[in-house]
Amino acid sequence: MSVLAIRGLSKAFGGVRAVNDVSFAIGPGEFLAMIGPNGAGKSTCFNMINGQLAPDSGEILLGDRNIAGMAPRAIWRLGVGRTFQVAATFASMTVVENVQMALLSYAGDLYRLWRPAAALHRERALELLAQVGMQDAADRPSRELAYGDVKRVELAIALANEPRLLLMDEPTAGMAPRERNDLIKLVKQLVLERGISVLFTEHSMDVVFSFADRIIVLARGRLIADGNAAAIRDNPQVQEVYFGTGKTFSNEASPGAAP
Amino acid sequence: MTLDALLFQAINGLSSASGLFFIAVGLSLIFGVTRIINLAHGSLYMMGTYIAYSFATKIGGVIGFWGGILATAIIVGCIGALIEILLLRRIYRAPELFQLLATFALVLVFNDMTHWIWGSEDLLGPRAPGLAGSVELLGRRLPSYDLFLALAGPVVLLILHFTLKVTRFGRLIRAATQDREMVGALGVNQAVLFTSVFALGAALAGLGGALQVAREPATLATDLIALGDAFVVVVVGGMGSITGAYLAAVIIAEVKALCIGIGVVNFGGIAVNFSKFTLVAEFLVMAIVLIVRPYGLLGKPQGAVRSVAEPEEPIRAATPMLKLLAAVVLGLLLFLPVLAQSSPYLMILGIDVLIAVIFATSLHFIMGPGGMHSFGHAAYFGLGAYGAALLVKWLAAPMGIALAAAPLVALAGALLFGWFAVRLSGVYLAMLTLAFAQIVWAAVFQWEGFTGGSNGVIGVWPKPPFDQGWAFFLLTLALATIAVLLLRRFLFAPFGYAMRAGRDSPLRAEAIGIDVKRIHWLAFAIAGCICGVAGGLFAFAKGSISPESIHVGRSIDGLVMVLLGGIQTLTGPIVGASVFALLQDTIMRQTEYWRALLGAVILVLVLAFPSGIVGAFSNLWRRLRGPS
Repeated sequence: MSVLAIRGLSKAFGGVRAVNDVSFAIGPGEFLAMIGPNGAGKSTCFNMINGQLAPDSGEILLGDRNIAGMAPRAIWRLGVGRTFQVAATFASMTVVENVQMALLSYAGDLYRLWRPAAALHRERALELLAQVGMQDAADRPSRELAYGDVKRVELAIALANEPRLLLMDEPTAGMAPRERNDLIKLVKQLVLERGISVLFTEHSMDVVFSFADRIIVLARGRLIADGNAAAIRDNPQVQEVYFGTGKTFSNEASPGAAP
Repeated sequence: MTLDALLFQAINGLSSASGLFFIAVGLSLIFGVTRIINLAHGSLYMMGTYIAYSFATKIGGVIGFWGGILATAIIVGCIGALIEILLLRRIYRAPELFQLLATFALVLVFNDMTHWIWGSEDLLGPRAPGLAGSVELLGRRLPSYDLFLALAGPVVLLILHFTLKVTRFGRLIRAATQDREMVGALGVNQAVLFTSVFALGAALAGLGGALQVAREPATLATDLIALGDAFVVVVVGGMGSITGAYLAAVIIAEVKALCIGIGVVNFGGIAVNFSKFTLVAEFLVMAIVLIVRPYGLLGKPQGAVRSVAEPEEPIRAATPMLKLLAAVVLGLLLFLPVLAQSSPYLMILGIDVLIAVIFATSLHFIMGPGGMHSFGHAAYFGLGAYGAALLVKWLAAPMGIALAAAPLVALAGALLFGWFAVRLSGVYLAMLTLAFAQIVWAAVFQWEGFTGGSNGVIGVWPKPPFDQGWAFFLLTLALATIAVLLLRRFLFAPFGYAMRAGRDSPLRAEAIGIDVKRIHWLAFAIAGCICGVAGGLFAFAKGSISPESIHVGRSIDGLVMVLLGGIQTLTGPIVGASVFALLQDTIMRQTEYWRALLGAVILVLVLAFPSGIVGAFSNLWRRLRGPS
């Protein structure tokens, strides 16, 4: 049985069908990449799964529960962690406090008014930071971190609620090539240990083709391919959306179109 | 009442609508382009009336009146340009709050300046030459000048509309309203654009004020009243929309006219005088619009303004040094009654300072860590004060019960208002909280039978032993200490962390399961509740409470206290409140022109110490210790 199953998902903005009848599924422990050119509908698709947007139609089944249209915080409580395309942390807190914040929320401690928060769940937070290699920076203000380190802290935060599914929107955006591979290696290792499924979007084809178990391709809101790296590489439709067919310019040059 | 009478009131309402439109449209244009809420806009309007009065009486005749009105518009436009060049240009990149404070300082300065030039008497201008008579309408007489005003609004609306539509200047204004960074990036000279828009907005306010000269006397109270009206109109119509401004002006003016027209109605034996609810009605319309259409009737959500505020340091538990300092201060305060034996005034001063500390600390709780810039904290102060005072007045409640009820009444109000307020953010939240505070004020002011109206409630004196200054001081000290420690405790607890998480990044907070609105709503309620304690103490300390002490001025005082101390520090509001209350009670009371003095203090603060007193000290401390 799949961890997440998307069925007939659609969303239109005005007249633009940003996501059009998309269906796919993620199995347990699977590392699934969602790729596609700019404007393909990846972010819209992502934002519907994490609750930022409500779909016009279609189902998003987490286990056997339809989470379409639920609030992000409710989806998080069902065991879906996420990281953001533009990583940022709670700027007025230290690194470890950022992770503690997620742990406090997970433990249902948010409305406690008396016990100082600094001591609560600190051990567990340090453990998580150690797993992403950030334990040494635990008590630094998080806004001082380098961008790559912010990404790591974000990962520790995303693991705080022991998710079964991790949504990562462009996890390596804005990073240098070596950092990219390190981060994805770390993610892959952590999710393998825990049996977490991961859905991620990515622009770096290097990362996608070397790490993803399976790849799905979106173009103009539709799912055009679904398969392993070799199958996607050889798919003519995928080649067309990424490299064009060579017909684009001949169409425009046809008589009558030019003034 | 008859349909004719209603219709007549409706036409009368249109002439008021024009006045509202002139002041609101300038405010709206200025906000649209510069993203600055010009609190001094009401002052420009007020000065318009005064200047036009001088023209009409000193020169006189057709030229003095009509020429004077045009000249006034130009003069006030020039004043606007000067404000932009000398002050605002320095603070475009400062946090929103500082811009608001700076323009509020101008309100204070202009008020005293007008006072100094024209005196405190109300000045009624001459009738308009050529329009002094009246016309017959539906069997009643309508002054021709009112009819002229009713038409002047739509005419100016049309002129502005086409100017914005077809001229290059108009296109630039519209472009800047949509995205001012983009306009700057395209090489438009923003300095000139901003100055000219500010001058245009100011000139329109001046014109509006000048046109009132034949209708209403020029008074010093006009600035805040006109400002309040303009806010309501702009927010209802949608920031930056001129058609929206006219639409809203008509709605507000008509609702008010309707209230007056309906007059006294009997509801099953209870007589309700609707003409007493004009103020409440106005702010009620605004609150409803903000709740249903948060960006106003014709407004659009604004592009996010890139935040330039300096990020905050993580909060740290009190160092031994700070604890020692707090203990010393507390010890000194306990010792104060002994000193007061020779100067009893010291106790009054001490009580004022401590009440200010509770007020400012509770405001800081939601403003700083909560990121909710409430412009209406006086509401909860007022609810607490009136809650306690009315219990004493109507039920002869003992002081203990009345004081305990104060925070509960404030809590109820904060729960109600906060539920709506947390749905908005930034400027709109500020405006909605202001509207709620005005509703409380107006209800208290106009509901004479229950609250005593403008006279307030008197005879709320504490019972022995608290009728002694020192005993009441110690009571206030105890409650202030508890309030400050409690709020501080909350901030260090998970709740306070969740509140800051919601402020730092609402998106991310929601993504880790935090119900940001709910957390902020509860924080709002807690702050209101604690503020109610300050209100209750205030009523007993003064022996009375009147609408004047819960007016918008008190809300602004609170903002000044918080910013004076430094919004990003936890001890800031305590220091800020103390300094402010001391300044107010000592220096300010010595001079007739204390408003201008306070305005000058605020301007210095905004331009020289943007991180407040405590912020400036801790920056200095960090610099002295060098990089750690």
